[in-house]
Amino acid sequence: MPSHNAAQTNPSLLAIKGLKKEYTAGNPILKGIDININEPGIIAIIGPSGTGKSTLLRCINRLIDPTAGQIIFNDADLCQAKGSQLRKLRRQVGMVFQEYNLVERLTVIENVLTGRLGYMSAWNAWRRNFSQENINTAFNLLESVGLTEHAKKRADSLSGGQRQRVGIARAVMQDPKILLADEPTSSLDPKTAVEIMELLERFSAEKNIPALVNIHDVKLASRFAKRMIGMSNGVVVYDGPPEGITDEHLKTIYGGESWLV
Amino acid sequence: MTTIDHHWQRFTLKQKLSRYAVYLVLIMAMVQSIQSVEVIPEFFYDAPEQMADMFNRMWPIDFAYYQVAVHDAMIETLNIATLGTLVTLIFAVPLALMSSHNISSSRWGHWIAKFFLVSSRSVNSLVWALLFVSIFGPGVIAGVLAIALRSVGFVGKLLGEAIDEVHMGSIEALKATGASWMSILLKGYWPQVLPAFFSIILFRWDINVRESAVLGLVGAGGIGVVLSDSMNLFEWQQVSIALLAIFAVVIVAEIVVVQIRKRLI
Repeated sequence: MPSHNAAQTNPSLLAIKGLKKEYTAGNPILKGIDININEPGIIAIIGPSGTGKSTLLRCINRLIDPTAGQIIFNDADLCQAKGSQLRKLRRQVGMVFQEYNLVERLTVIENVLTGRLGYMSAWNAWRRNFSQENINTAFNLLESVGLTEHAKKRADSLSGGQRQRVGIARAVMQDPKILLADEPTSSLDPKTAVEIMELLERFSAEKNIPALVNIHDVKLASRFAKRMIGMSNGVVVYDGPPEGITDEHLKTIYGGESWLV
Repeated sequence: MTTIDHHWQRFTLKQKLSRYAVYLVLIMAMVQSIQSVEVIPEFFYDAPEQMADMFNRMWPIDFAYYQVAVHDAMIETLNIATLGTLVTLIFAVPLALMSSHNISSSRWGHWIAKFFLVSSRSVNSLVWALLFVSIFGPGVIAGVLAIALRSVGFVGKLLGEAIDEVHMGSIEALKATGASWMSILLKGYWPQVLPAFFSIILFRWDINVRESAVLGLVGAGGIGVVLSDSMNLFEWQQVSIALLAIFAVVIVAEIVVVQIRKRLI
């Protein structure tokens, strides 16, 4: 996929302009977000829980409908997209979830293959009529996340870390132009969390695509991120390299300072 | 250490009073209903005698009659139950989808689905059978439709509830891959609902086997016709073989259902 070529001809792969979201009228959770994303690598969005990080990511692939603003992805306005056009945009955006969100009763390999659902008819999906090429890709992906021997097990027999690897494989299976990850490490132990971040970093480099990662662990974020976006109370308060983040920034983002030891 | 006496009571005075009021109403209703039943003591006291007499007339069981009439009627009963359960699916699945809040957000849809599900359940299958016997005439068709119409409410409601309990995270993830609505239904909802689906269907089939045995009493085909004929002719030894056959089939159905369910879930 010539994803980086397409990006070069445009000012941005993903341009978020004045994005607002209110769940209840007059009580905005996102108060005008402006972000441009073009470069491959991990971009970490940090901030306390409840500040709108998840809402922001879910607005990008329209799991949540924004109240106002624009999300220009690959020259198309995601906010206006409907029906099959929306589905075609969604399949170019891979998403990884905090609770993995696998279909538990399906096998691991089939969970990876569901990453292709956006490219096939329901009839073919029902008959499990995946192309040989897709089946090969899925097995290769499982190998690269180290789960080859689990391919035919049911997803609910895996551990948390293993499930998240399947989740990442499913997202990459979409052949996305961007990866979104919503707190992918929050339900995992510190060692597994690092492994998951390494995996996201690797795929982002291999596919030459950005990976937008929500994460509240600042240390973990700055270890992997090329760029950090700090959010607080529904606005972006920092956008720059991880080295640029100071204690002052962190105080604004998270509030208080007793935790900054 | 504080030495204040903390005051705590499970219910407030108002709650206590209303609880006592409920008890009082229950006791009064009980007394009232006993009075209104008007048990005739003479019939009540000689019930054991009557029962013994009936068993006497039923014995010995007329096993020869099994081949004559019971066997074919029993097969017909099983056919009615099975066909009825299958016909149920045609109506119950769309209604379940329509009634589930996870799938449809249309309030009209919910109301329409609820209306059909509740009306199906509120009419007993015997009443459905009476209705269909008068429309289609006596026979298997009336039985199948009676079973189906009564089961739609049961299966639709339980299936709808199973769909409501689906893990929505998985659905969200499939949505995020750009999957179409139908693909999400088949690959997200269906695998999660599958155990409940078969469990409900088997359970309903089990119930339907028992219900279809009775439907013949109103002419809707099956073993009930044999049972009713024998009763009308006071052939109690034939009645006993019919009852025995029903009992055996219900037990076998129970065992089959338990075994299938064990393997599926």
